[in-house]
Amino acid sequence: MLSHLNKYLKKTIITIFVSLIPLTVFSEEKNTNLIETKWTFNGIFGTFDRSSLQRGYQVYTEVCSGCHSVQYLSYRNLSEKGGPEFSIAETKAIASQFEVEDGPNNEGEMFMRSAKLSDKFTKPYPNVEASTAANGGAYPPDMSVLAKARAGGADYIYSLLLGYEEAPAGFELDDGVYYNKYISGNKIKMSEPLFDGIVEYTDGTDSSKKQLAKDVTAFLVWASEPHLESQHRIGFKTIVYLIVLIMLVYMSKQKVWSRFNSKPEEEDEEIFDKVEKVITKYEGEDTKTFK
Amino acid sequence: MSEEKYIPKNKLTKWFDSRLPLLTLSHHLKSYPTPKNLNYWWTFGGILTFCLITQIITGLVLAMHYVAHVDYAFQSIEHIMRDVNYGWLIRYVHANGASMFFLAVYIHIFRSLFYGSYKAPREVIWIIGLLIYILMMATAFMGYVLPWGQMSFWGATVITNLFSAIPFVGESITTWLWGGYSVDNPTLNRFYSLHYLLPFLTFGLVILHIWALHIPGNNNPVGIDVKKNSNETMPFHPYMVMKDLLALLLFISVFLWFVFFAPNVLGHPDNYIEANPLVTPAHIVPEWYLLPFYAILRAIPSKLGGVIFMFAAIFILMLLPWLDTSKVRSAIFRPIYKKLFWVLLFVVILLGYLGAKPPEGIYLILSRLATAYYFIHFLVILPLLGRYEKTDPLPQSISDPVLDKPGMLDKFKKSAAEYEGENVESFK
Repeated sequence: MLSHLNKYLKKTIITIFVSLIPLTVFSEEKNTNLIETKWTFNGIFGTFDRSSLQRGYQVYTEVCSGCHSVQYLSYRNLSEKGGPEFSIAETKAIASQFEVEDGPNNEGEMFMRSAKLSDKFTKPYPNVEASTAANGGAYPPDMSVLAKARAGGADYIYSLLLGYEEAPAGFELDDGVYYNKYISGNKIKMSEPLFDGIVEYTDGTDSSKKQLAKDVTAFLVWASEPHLESQHRIGFKTIVYLIVLIMLVYMSKQKVWSRFNSKPEEEDEEIFDKVEKVITKYEGEDTKTFK
Repeated sequence: MSEEKYIPKNKLTKWFDSRLPLLTLSHHLKSYPTPKNLNYWWTFGGILTFCLITQIITGLVLAMHYVAHVDYAFQSIEHIMRDVNYGWLIRYVHANGASMFFLAVYIHIFRSLFYGSYKAPREVIWIIGLLIYILMMATAFMGYVLPWGQMSFWGATVITNLFSAIPFVGESITTWLWGGYSVDNPTLNRFYSLHYLLPFLTFGLVILHIWALHIPGNNNPVGIDVKKNSNETMPFHPYMVMKDLLALLLFISVFLWFVFFAPNVLGHPDNYIEANPLVTPAHIVPEWYLLPFYAILRAIPSKLGGVIFMFAAIFILMLLPWLDTSKVRSAIFRPIYKKLFWVLLFVVILLGYLGAKPPEGIYLILSRLATAYYFIHFLVILPLLGRYEKTDPLPQSISDPVLDKPGMLDKFKKSAAEYEGENVESFK
C-alpha cells in the first residue's frame, strides 16, 4: 500500500508543479533574454543596498521625476527602516525642496508651502490627462508599483533602460518614437533617459550608464515593495519556526499512533504464525513460498 | 473502537445537554470513528476548513481599510500595503490564500475521483461539496475585481459579458448585473458586498458538508465499507487530529513560502496597473484556478455555446454519482479507471495551460480536443466502463494483512486451504 501511494504522491506532486508552469510561461513569454543581474534584494535573505537606493533616489529626482510620478511614496518613507534610510535631518532637507499645495487657510485660500515628512511625493503633472498631453499622447506611468506591474520585474526595467539601440534597417519609426530591444513591439515613446555621467553622484560613485540603471532599478523595486526586507526577515523566521514545530508534531503524532498501530500488527503476526504452524505440521517444509 | 454515547457526568451538564446537546455534539466530534487506513490525501478536508477561516479573518481586517470606490480602490490597496501595520502580510496571505484554497480543493476533488468517494451513500456530500466549489469560484472572481487593477476590470468585463449570450434577456441581465451600462462603480460596490457575503454562505455549506459526511462516515483508500464497531476505525481525536495537524503544518509551509518569497508569482503583473476602461490588456486571463473553464469557454466557436459548455463542465460533476456505474469505489481495484483517472487529470491540466494561451492555431485545436475528451470521459466512458471493466477482487476488510497487493489474500487462503483441506476463515 505504501509503495503504491508513494508512487501516486510523487506523480501528483509533479503534476501540481507542472500545472503551475503555465502561469510562469504566460507571464514571461514577452520578455525572453532579459539581462539577468544578481540583485541584492533577491532570495530569502535579500536586502537592499542602502547607498544604491540613495543613489537611485538621486537618479529618480534628477532624471525620471520630470515626467514620472511615484504618488504612493511619502517623504518619510525615505528615512524608514528597510529603505534608503536617509537620516531624519537629511529627509527633512529633501522634503523641504518641494512645494505642495495646502489649505484652505482661515481666509479660505489654498496656499503653497514646502513639503513635510508626512507629504506624498509631489507629481510632475496634476493628473493623467495633463501628463499624457505633455508627452505626445503617451502617459509616463506612475512608478510606485512599476516593478510589480511588469513581467520580469527588476530585470525588465534594467534591460529596458539599457535596451536603446539604432533601429534595424527597414524598421519604421515615427517622430518621437524610439527603438528598444526589450519593449513589446520594440517601439517606445520615452527617449533614452540615461547616459554616462548624466547624474553626478554625491557619494562620488562612477556614474556610468549601467550604474545609473542599476541604482534607479533598485530604488523602483523598493518603491513598489517598501517592506521587502521585513517580509524576507519574518519569512525566514517563520520557516525555521515551522520546521521545528513540524518535527515536534511529527514525533507526537508517531507517539500517539503507536498506541493504535501496535495492536493490529500483532494480530496479523499471530494469524501468520498460526497458519504457518498448521501448515508446517502437515507438510514439514519451508512455507516461505506462500508469501 | 465504537462510538460511545455521551453520558453527562453531573447535574449541570445533564441540564444543559438535554436542552441544547452541544456537549453531545462535541463528544461526537471527538470520538467520530474514522477508518484506520486513511492516507494523507484525506487530510485536505481539515486543510480546506483552515483555508476558509484564514480567508474570512484576513478578509475582515482588509475590509477595515479597503475603500470600494473606483477612484480609491487601487489607492486603498497601496495604503494597506504601505501604511497599515503588517498590511502587506495580511493582504499577501489573503491573495495567496485564494490560490492555496483552490490548490487544496482541487486535490480534495481529485482524491474523491480516485477513490470513488462520490458514490453511494455519499452523493449528497459530493453535491454539497460542488456547491461549495461553485461559491468559491464566484467569491474568488469577485475578490479579484476589488483591487481595481487592469485584470480586475477586464476580467469582470469579460465574465459579466458572458451573460449577454443568453437569448432575448441577455442584454438586460448584463445591465442589471453591472448596475449601469458598463463595469463601473456600482459593479464594484455590489461585488464587494457579495464578496463579503458569500464566504459565510460557504461556511454554512461546509457545516452541511461535514454533517452529511458524519452520517455514512469516511470512505477510505480501499473503498469498501468499514465495520464501525471494530478495530478498523479509530476515534477522530487524537489520531486524526494529530495527522491532520501534521499535514496542515506542511501545507502552511508551502503557503507561507509563497506569501514571503514569491507573493506575486500566482497573480498577473497587469493587476498592478490601475483599471483603465480605455486600454485593453494584450491578453485577458483569469487567475490560474479558473483557466481550465476559460479554455472550454473559448474552445466553442459560438458565444452562447461556450457559456453553456463552461457551465456544463461544472454541473456535469453533480451527476457523477450516477454517471459512474461501477459498484467498486476505489481506483486501486479498477485497472482501466485508474489509467483514465490520470488521463483526465492530464487533460484538465492541459486545459489550464491552454486557458492561458491565445485561442489560435494549435492551442485552439488542442482546446477543442481536450474539451471533447473532458465531456466524453464523464458522459460516455464512465457509464460504459462500469459495465464492462473487469475489476480486481476486493479484500474482505480493510485490516486484511496482505492488502497491499489486491488478490493476494485469496491466493494465500487458497494455498493454505489446499494443504489444510479445511476452511481457513477460522484462523481469524
